[in-house]
Amino acid sequence: MISIEKIQQTAEVLMAKAAIDIPDDYLTGLQEAANAEEGDLSSFVLQAMLENYEAAKQDRRAMCADTGVPRWYVKMGNTASIEGGPVALERALRLATARATTDVPLRPNRVHPLWRTDHNNNVGLRAPEIEYAFEPEGDWVDLITVHKGGLFGTDYRMLFPGDGIEGIKRFYLDSLIAFGKRGLACQPAIIGVGLGGSKDTTMVLGKQAACLRIVGDRNPDPKIAALELELKELGNSIGMGAMGFVGKSMVIDCHIEAAYCHTGGMPMSVHAFCLSSRRACARLHADGRVEYRTDPMWFTPFMRRETVEWQPEAEKLEELV
Amino acid sequence: MATGSGKIRRVSLNTPVTEEALRDLKLGDVVYLNGVVYTGREGVYKQCLEDGVPLPENLAEISNVNFHCSPAATPDGQGGYNVGALSGTASFRFAKWLDRWFKASGAKIIIGKGGMSSEDYRKFFVPNRAIYLTTVGYGTGALLGRGVKGVRKVHWLEELGLAQAMWMFEVEELGPFIVESDLDGNSLFERENAAITKNFEKLYEGTRPATLRRYGETDNRSDEVI
Repeated sequence: MISIEKIQQTAEVLMAKAAIDIPDDYLTGLQEAANAEEGDLSSFVLQAMLENYEAAKQDRRAMCADTGVPRWYVKMGNTASIEGGPVALERALRLATARATTDVPLRPNRVHPLWRTDHNNNVGLRAPEIEYAFEPEGDWVDLITVHKGGLFGTDYRMLFPGDGIEGIKRFYLDSLIAFGKRGLACQPAIIGVGLGGSKDTTMVLGKQAACLRIVGDRNPDPKIAALELELKELGNSIGMGAMGFVGKSMVIDCHIEAAYCHTGGMPMSVHAFCLSSRRACARLHADGRVEYRTDPMWFTPFMRRETVEWQPEAEKLEELV
Repeated sequence: MATGSGKIRRVSLNTPVTEEALRDLKLGDVVYLNGVVYTGREGVYKQCLEDGVPLPENLAEISNVNFHCSPAATPDGQGGYNVGALSGTASFRFAKWLDRWFKASGAKIIIGKGGMSSEDYRKFFVPNRAIYLTTVGYGTGALLGRGVKGVRKVHWLEELGLAQAMWMFEVEELGPFIVESDLDGNSLFERENAAITKNFEKLYEGTRPATLRRYGETDNRSDEVI
């Protein structure tokens, strides 16, 4: 049984970590981009960002004053048991979000879409979002928080099979250029691409691809992995760098996630996880241990399964023998 | 005062800034500010320019630098404030108020995210002898937070709320900011866009327009979305 008190304490720690500490994988990626950048202004911006991460860590202040719209991803091992059940878990995550807003402090960004009213704590109607997933083994719970801005850098389009890879490249470039000018997307970014599924799945998958995979991670499908690298290269050949200045640092990495879609369509989404790519994760075990990490490990073979049965064929054969 | 570092020129300015100091600034210069900088956005503009609420006395003598910003700040329990991070908010939304604001406030520098079009600079900034500085990144919230040494006064905190109130910050080497427009109304972003657009024909080779078009869609990639 995982105690609800431990869940809430851990969630509050994660909120502060996400807001203040840039994840190592993104930091390394940005340092590499800064070393490769030749544009004077783009280089200056990247150096300023590297100094900013350092200042945030030293002072324990939020790295960006737009602390985004905090959200949660929760993953449970199949035998995990939570004190008070999932309803208590959701309450703990909402409470931790509200407390961290005052304690870090974060900006209370969440308002009602029509009345623009708020509770000054980033909690409200459908906020924070909480998404769930499961794994076949384990009695642990993974908590992942992502703080992402929400105005620019994301787009959706219904493409068709005939549009092909050329159509994918066109929409990808259009999205990067439209929001890259003046740096509205706050690039260089981790670009997530969702392909397939229903329209809503495409959006959800693309966002998860941007926010829940670390820099350097590749899709297990070798052809998709090759396309990820090709799109990364394509984005960095636009000629545009940080803030839309002349340069070549647009994409720190590109992640693609696919889902089976309608036979007639090929929906696509593009998401940009910005210069302040804020995510933090922890695994809570049934024996009370808490392990913090920066890799969400969200996309697993189980999450990407393609057939009715999960258990791989080879294992089943072994059992028969 | 200007010091060279590589190809980027760094300049420190005192507020209120003088016409002479502004005339010296070139697109792409990096600027740090000392003195007083105040925030003001749609809440202040609407209240002062449309509802007739008078501006703070002698505003232009205290500062002529207006930051489009809402701080991540909390009261410290002793009548003061803890200011955490500062970041600019996108300025293109506020263009319609600026001509009247320059005349009423005497502001000569606007700071924010992303700038405006050179058309706006020529219409509103040039006649009022004002320029635009953009924040950097745009995520240098922690660095800007360090530049704030105190809160001189907060105007209209109750009437407008924390995000929209006019915060008057005492600042030391607040920055970095980049000169986005000069006194002639030229825009650094537009200069950079023009250079990058030349590459697009080659870049788009091997791509295909979507079969399903959208109303309002443009294929002219020298257009901007702001």
